[in-house]
Amino acid sequence: MEIGELKKKAKAIRIDIVKMIGTAGSGHPGGALSSADLMTVLYFDQLKHDPKDPWWKDRDRVIFSKGHSSALLYACLAESGYFPVEDLLTFRKLGSLLQGHPARNGLPGVEVSTGSLGQGLSVGVGMALGLRQSGKDSRVYVLLGDGECDEGQIWEAAMASGHYKLDNLCGILDYNRLQIDGFTEEVMNLEPLAQKWQDFGWEVINIDGHNCEEIISAYKKAKTVKGKPSLILAQTIKGKGVSYMENEAIWHGKAPKKEQMESAIKELEKDE
Amino acid sequence: MSKDRENWRGSRDGFGEALVKLGEINPNVVVLTCDLSDSVRAESFKKKFPDRFFQFGVAEQNMMSIAAGMSLSGYIPYVCTYAVFSTGRCWEQLRMSVCYSDCNVKIEGSHGGILTGADGASHQATEDIGAIRVIPNLKVVVPCDAIEARKATIAAADIPGPVYIRVGREPIPVITTEETPFAFGKALVLREGKDVTVIACGVEVYESLLAAEELEKEGISVGVVNLHTIKPLDSETIVKLAKETGAIVTAEEHQAIGGLGGAVAELLGQRYPVPIEIVGIKDKFGVSGPSWELMKHFGLTSNEIKEAIRKVLDRK
Ligand SMILES: Cc1ncc(C[n+]2csc(CCOP(=O)(O)OP(=O)(O)O)c2C)c(N)n1
Ligand SMILES: [Mg+2]
Repeated sequence: MEIGELKKKAKAIRIDIVKMIGTAGSGHPGGALSSADLMTVLYFDQLKHDPKDPWWKDRDRVIFSKGHSSALLYACLAESGYFPVEDLLTFRKLGSLLQGHPARNGLPGVEVSTGSLGQGLSVGVGMALGLRQSGKDSRVYVLLGDGECDEGQIWEAAMASGHYKLDNLCGILDYNRLQIDGFTEEVMNLEPLAQKWQDFGWEVINIDGHNCEEIISAYKKAKTVKGKPSLILAQTIKGKGVSYMENEAIWHGKAPKKEQMESAIKELEKDE
Repeated sequence: MSKDRENWRGSRDGFGEALVKLGEINPNVVVLTCDLSDSVRAESFKKKFPDRFFQFGVAEQNMMSIAAGMSLSGYIPYVCTYAVFSTGRCWEQLRMSVCYSDCNVKIEGSHGGILTGADGASHQATEDIGAIRVIPNLKVVVPCDAIEARKATIAAADIPGPVYIRVGREPIPVITTEETPFAFGKALVLREGKDVTVIACGVEVYESLLAAEELEKEGISVGVVNLHTIKPLDSETIVKLAKETGAIVTAEEHQAIGGLGGAVAELLGQRYPVPIEIVGIKDKFGVSGPSWELMKHFGLTSNEIKEAIRKVLDRK
């Protein structure tokens, strides 16, 4: 997809996110908005998939290890054509397949249930091993949070991926420097973060996670890396696009009220 | 018993108040959490006693074993996180580091039950009681409201060894008062009945009282017991009530397998078999939805308790 079109998509997806969470009255806007450009480029430019044949056996796999960004996942799926965009407003309602956290309940495009942090990368390792074992060239993409990297299991998975030289595995780390209780630096120091991944045998690609050109080249570069997994370490702004949410820990898991939702949509619509 | 929603409170609020109280009266109490200070109601303690508050980031397994270590250095750690994590994610750290060494650690299970609502199954602890009731040395308490949660949390500091305290997020009726007795390990009979006894914990105590009131109008005499302590089980009271009424219904905001109902059935099956009906979630994962609609969806309201009472009376 052309850059201008990608940017339009990202904007539509941000608006979807705000509407979904605002309408549901609960959810996690901050991390969904910070990962929006990364996931838009993945779904609309880089991913090998077929929304009309969601379980196509040669598809690339996507796992939202930070499952609380579910609104973003559903928006990407709906905007890609996996299910009607109108269904997005059933998010978090009784009877909807669009669960608060992604569930492998039959909703097309959801590969595995997540929501308990730290487990998705291990599932991705398993998928990548399985795909390689069966001779498929599909890739596995795992979206991670920086707070999520506090979990020991992330590093167990990182070690296993390095050990098995999983070059069909690509991690995307949303480095927005915030978790629930505040800045990652104060809650639990992660630094030197890039160095840690390198030490576990990963190729680390540093980018601005809101720059579509940089995001595209990062995915392209990751595809060329051989003999080791790649990590796209993306500098982002939590709540990106909605000024009152940007860099505010409080908007991690809070829904905008009606007027807040409307002002957010207005701001997103007029952007560029 | 307040049916006025304005006075309803999440039992986690009582837990949080107790932490502050404990901070004042017991210098050995320390609070540990994993990036959820406010949700688990540890925020006030953190503000008042910053030197006795420890943050570990999103790393529950680490926190659980650290708590064991701090208790072995003379402190009384309160480990604060969601029930799915404190009993699930770090089950083995709880078993091995904490319970096997009989460490003096108090474990919060916040967001217990289906009332956790829209977040869905990943965050709704509906298996916690069953998962940990089987661990030796561990005591298990499920308070019925915010006031009882406060009393239980304070009492836990003086009970040697590991104690699990399950609390909830959603505001629920406050059915006890400051004067209501809370004796750890002792079932509290709230209502005498001749025909059947309902044994419940958590929000289901309220639902059971509603069911009992309504059935009384039909001439059925229903006793209600608040079994806040699931382990150690108050066998004496339960067997006595089984003898007196000859039929038991249990109710819990948890799977019908392995929880309070399981504990009561294990006891009565061996000591004094009478017909039992267990009200709980029927072997299903939770789903997203408004909390009180989920109570209906999963059959946890006074209506299902009434049905269970009718059923058990038929079998009597
Ligand atoms: C195992 C586990 N512990 C705690 C939580 C509660 N929780 C949800 S999101 C979150 C913070 C995540 O921060 P981060 O990974 O940085 O996410 P982002 O900033 O991208 O939203 C926490 C602690 C959880 N979902 N899973
Ligand atoms: Mg973050």
